Order: sequence, then C-alpha cells, then structure tokens
Amino acid sequence: MAGIPHDHYEPKPGFQTWLHNRLPVVSLLYDTLMLPTPKNLNWMWIWGIVLTFCLALQIVTGIVLAMHYTPNTELAFASVEHIMRDVNGGVMLRYLHANGASLFFFAVYCHIFRGLYYGSYKAPREVTWVIGMIIYFLMIATAFMGYVLPWGQMSFWGATVITGLFGAIPGVGTALQEWLLGGFAVGNATLNRFFSLHYLLPFVIAGLVGVHIWAFHTTGNNNPTGVEVRRTSKAEVEADTVPFWPYYVVKDLFALALIMMVFFAIVGFMPNYLGDPDNYIQANPLATPAHIVPEWYLLPFYAILRTFDNTVWVVQLVQFLTFGIVDSKLFGVIAMAGAILAMALAPWLDTSSVRSGRYRPMFKAWFAVLVIDFVVLMWCGSQVPSAFTGWVGLIASTYWFAYFLVILPLLGVLEKPLLQPVSIEADFKSHYADPAE
Amino acid sequence: MFRKIAISAVSALTLMSGAAWAEGEGATTDVAFSFEGPFGAFDEHQLQRGLQVYTEVCSACHGLKFLRIGALAEPGGPNLPEEQVKAYAKNITVTDAVTGEDRVATPADHFPPNLAAGAPDLSVMAKARKGFSGPYGLGTNQLFKGMGGPEHIYSIITGFTGESKEIAGVTLYENHAFPGGWMAMMNEALVANQVTYADGTEASLENEAKDVAAFLMWAAEPKMMTRKESGFKAVLLLGLLSVLLYLTNKKLWSKVKGKKLAH
Repeated sequence: MAGIPHDHYEPKPGFQTWLHNRLPVVSLLYDTLMLPTPKNLNWMWIWGIVLTFCLALQIVTGIVLAMHYTPNTELAFASVEHIMRDVNGGVMLRYLHANGASLFFFAVYCHIFRGLYYGSYKAPREVTWVIGMIIYFLMIATAFMGYVLPWGQMSFWGATVITGLFGAIPGVGTALQEWLLGGFAVGNATLNRFFSLHYLLPFVIAGLVGVHIWAFHTTGNNNPTGVEVRRTSKAEVEADTVPFWPYYVVKDLFALALIMMVFFAIVGFMPNYLGDPDNYIQANPLATPAHIVPEWYLLPFYAILRTFDNTVWVVQLVQFLTFGIVDSKLFGVIAMAGAILAMALAPWLDTSSVRSGRYRPMFKAWFAVLVIDFVVLMWCGSQVPSAFTGWVGLIASTYWFAYFLVILPLLGVLEKPLLQPVSIEADFKSHYADPAE
Repeated sequence: MFRKIAISAVSALTLMSGAAWAEGEGATTDVAFSFEGPFGAFDEHQLQRGLQVYTEVCSACHGLKFLRIGALAEPGGPNLPEEQVKAYAKNITVTDAVTGEDRVATPADHFPPNLAAGAPDLSVMAKARKGFSGPYGLGTNQLFKGMGGPEHIYSIITGFTGESKEIAGVTLYENHAFPGGWMAMMNEALVANQVTYADGTEASLENEAKDVAAFLMWAAEPKMMTRKESGFKAVLLLGLLSVLLYLTNKKLWSKVKGKKLAH
C-alpha cells in the first residue's frame, strides 16, 4: 500500500520467509489490517463493514436457496413455498435473504450520504467514489432480478415495467428489450436468465468491493474533519491515526452486532413488513395489479422516472426540439439514469476546496434538504399517482438534480467556509482529554 | 446532522409498507389474535376449529394446494394426533402426480387444488392481503396491528351487507371489506351455526370467521413458531455479544481517547 508510512510485515526466517518469497499473502493481509486509520472516525464509518457482511450474508443464503429453488415459470412460486414449508431452516434462509436486501440498501444509503456529507468523494478519492457508484448500480440490478425470482404478481409486473423502459430507447430499443427478455414478453426465458445473472452479479460486486477497498487503502480513509493524515514522518502518522486492527475491527464488530440484533428481530418477528403482499399471489400475465410498485429501496428513483410525464413543460419542450425522438417515456428513463449519474459525478461538480461538510455552513443546510428530498421522493414513489404527488415529485426530482448540478458547483464559489483544524490530532485533542489524565 | 438522517431513514422504512395503498380499499376490523407480536403463539384449539370450518365450508370452493396434510400433526400448528391426521387424509381424494389417477390421500400429500368455482387458492392468502396501511398510506400502523392478512379474511367473511347485483351475467355481492365494495364470493358463504364445534365453543359467525382466519394464517406460514423462536435466540445472543463487544471496545479505546471535553 502506497501513501501513509507505517510498519510493514517482516517475515521471520524459515517458513515465513519461504512463503513470503513465493506468495506474499501474509504481507498483504498484514498491511490491510494494520493500515493506519484516522483516529477520529465517527459511527457513520461503520457501514462499510455492515455492507461487506451483507454481501457475504446474501451470497451464503443465496447459494443455499438456489439449491432448492426452481427457475421455471410453472414451478418457481411452488418451489419458494417448498423452501418455506419443507426445507430445514428454509423459512429463516428465505426471510434472511429477502430482508438482507433491505439491510443492504439501508446500509448503502447511509454509506453514500456519509460520503456526500463529509466530502469523501473529493480528490484524491474520486476513483473510490466512482467504483462505489458502479457497485450501487449493480446492487440495483441484482436486487431487481432477485425480486423477479419468486414469480409473484409484483415480480412479474415489476419485470414487465422495468424491461419496458429499454424499449423507450430510440432505434434499438425494441430489439434490446426482446434480447433482454429472450422473447416478446416476460416469460420462462426471462426468469432463467435473471436467475443466472442474479447468481453471477454478486461475485462481480465482490470483485469490485476488493477494488473499492484497494482504492481507499491507497489514498487513506477520509475522516470527519476532511483534513488529511499528515504523512511526513511516522511520528505524525501515529499522532493522527490508530491501526485498523484492533481498534476499528472491534468498534465495527460492536456496531455490526447491534445492527444484527435489530435485523434478526425484524426477520424473526415481522419478516413481511417490508415486502408487498401482492408477491404472495402467483404471477398472472392476465391480471395487472392495481398498483405496481418496486421495493422501498428503489422508490426514490422510481419516483423520478414517473415524475417526468408529458404534462411537464420541459418534457414537452425536449420532445418538440428533438422532433419527438425524446418522448416522455425516454425522458423519464434518462432522468432516472441521470439521477444516479449526477451523484457519480459529484467529485467534479463540487467546486469547494473544503472537504468536510462540518466546516461548510451553507452546504450543511442544502445537504439536510437533500436528505429530506430523498425521503420525500421515496414517499412519492410509493403513492398512487395523483395531481398532488405529481407536483411533489416534480419539485423533489428537480431539487435532486439542482443539488448536484447547480448548488454544489455554486457553493464552492459563494460559501465562506469555517476554519479547518490544522490536523486530525489537533481536532482530536480539542474534543477529548488526554487518556493518561 | 446524522441524527436527521437516521430519522429520515426510519421514516423511509415505514413508507414502503404504504406502497400498495390504493383508493377504495376495504375497511378491515382489527382482531386480537393469539399469534400476534413477538410473544404470540397459535392456539391449537382455535386452529382445529378453523380446520373444521375450512373442511366443512370453505373447501367446497377453495383449495389449499401448498399445504401438506401431514403438517396438521406438527407442533406449533393444530398439533393433531398422527392417527387423526391419517383418518382426515382418507376423506380427501387427490390426483396422483405419477399415475395421473385419483386416489385416497395420505398425510404426505398436499391438500388438493380446487378450480371448480374459480375461487382463489387459500394457501398463502393470509400473507397475500394486508388489512392495514394507514395513516396517510404510510403503513406505520402495521408495526402495532400486524400486516392485517387474517383480519382481512375475518372482515370479508363478516362484511357482507346482503345486497347483490348482476354485471355481465356475473352476480356480485356487496362487501365493505372488499376493495371496490363488490365481490364474487357468495353472500352468506359462511353463517352462524354452520358448523358444530366439538369443544362447545359457540359457533357464532364472528367465532367461525376468527377461527378460520387463524387457521389460514397458520396454513400460510406453518413455521411461524420456529421462526419466532429463531428470532428470540438470535436477538438474545446478539444482545449478549453486543454488551461484550461494547465493553471490549470501551477498554480498548480508553488508551487512545480520554473523556469528552465540554465546549
């Protein structure tokens, strides 16, 4: 690991040196675990561990579920009931997997908003941020395809609506949609390929998680002050940091145990609370549910997709200017993808030289509105469309884009930031007494 | 700042349950079932009475195709003696999956599907409907009342007004618990004293409806008791682990971090 100077692994003579000269795997583990980590990290820095745990949980439960599940439109629904009724521990396996997806997204949103507040995306951590955004995008794809597998009503109709979005792309849209579906409509071919990809993508995510960790181990962690670890001498590094093991391993495990306690309470006592009852009705291509909605974690972006219908003047204008090539449907798709893309481009849209939101008085207020905006969008996505939700959705969607495309670039110029501490050590000392006292 | 986020996140979590909130949703009466809440358990006598109602009345039109007959003997459910389950199975005719011929059922068979009247299968009905979604479509009331699936079933059975109308040759019956208010299920499909309970419980319509709703909740999730048990074990063990890790963490960091200074 380049960057922060610290002690490295010294193999002892004998087997350790023998192995080290052939495969320096112990050295890699040592350097990863002993990485100097800013000693002022707060509780918002625990989500990385929670996310890693979620990925492992989903892969392990998913592999066992796949042993009992049948990806066939005639048998899928029954095979899920078979897991729930006849497989040993099947009830817990399935509920852990289904609610595990919710925990995964809850943790990733905490993780993302932490990054947005403390400026973790800024130089030199842009690559970490972009890889994170790719992981998030793959999580959405994986969760969406996983939701199709139980072959309930919401599985089928969700798949129909979302794959239909690809049909909005001009020229190649219809061909692309049929290629994705393996036919003209969601059917057995779709279910089979979704199952295959749902099994594959988590391993792609696991690989990217490795790269994500590699990237921020190269730059070093960000921290609540946003001030970099001083790295001119080892003494300075030691004043700013503690080694990841044991300090943060133990802290993170404590946080994880607490979160797991809440998680198991939900799985044990109210496992269907976050799910849609309609998905306990077997898929029926002839009966459209009254209200098609995605799971809670996709609602904000679903709201953005739905908001831009052809009653919005911007949509009408774009449709006119592009001679109808960009119609309301395509506009919605572009908006949804753009909402995530805008977030991914934050490192280049934020012009402020101050990293942490702690020292940015104006930024703090706009960021608070963004968090509320996200919840409002989520609510909009869950509602049956009406004139009221249309207006709220439009304002909330506009704010989402305005935050990244207008507010972040302008704040760097307009805002007068507060004084930042000279070092992590100085900030730490101003908050905590000397432990020796 | 992050307290704000935590609050937003919690409210967000309560939102999605209001996802399927729709206009014209039926009115659901809250029933205090024995199996609700982390400590709740099925009342096996109620499940046995509910089985009787299903067998004598509902099964005429509705199937239970995902439920294995033998599950009736499992603890945590109706907990019937093996012999009684075998005898119960003998009264059921199923189509053999291998030979394609009708034969007498065994406890290893599932309840048969019933497609005759076009009525929906009831295997997971208690999880496929929700009774509660308020306030304002937020769904937070489910935290206190439960999802409301069995309550919905109870409300449907007791919710007929006696009015009916014919649309395109189909007779619809008015029911305030049904979304839209008119349903194909027959008026007075179940009435008071339609069954005679062996344990002397009064066979009022309310009791029959409660019993069969409880039975259908069990049918939808026969492993509910083991699930809650696993939940308890996990929460207790993780609670203990949290305390130990909290103390370890505190001790470990005391070398690095002193008392928080007042500002």
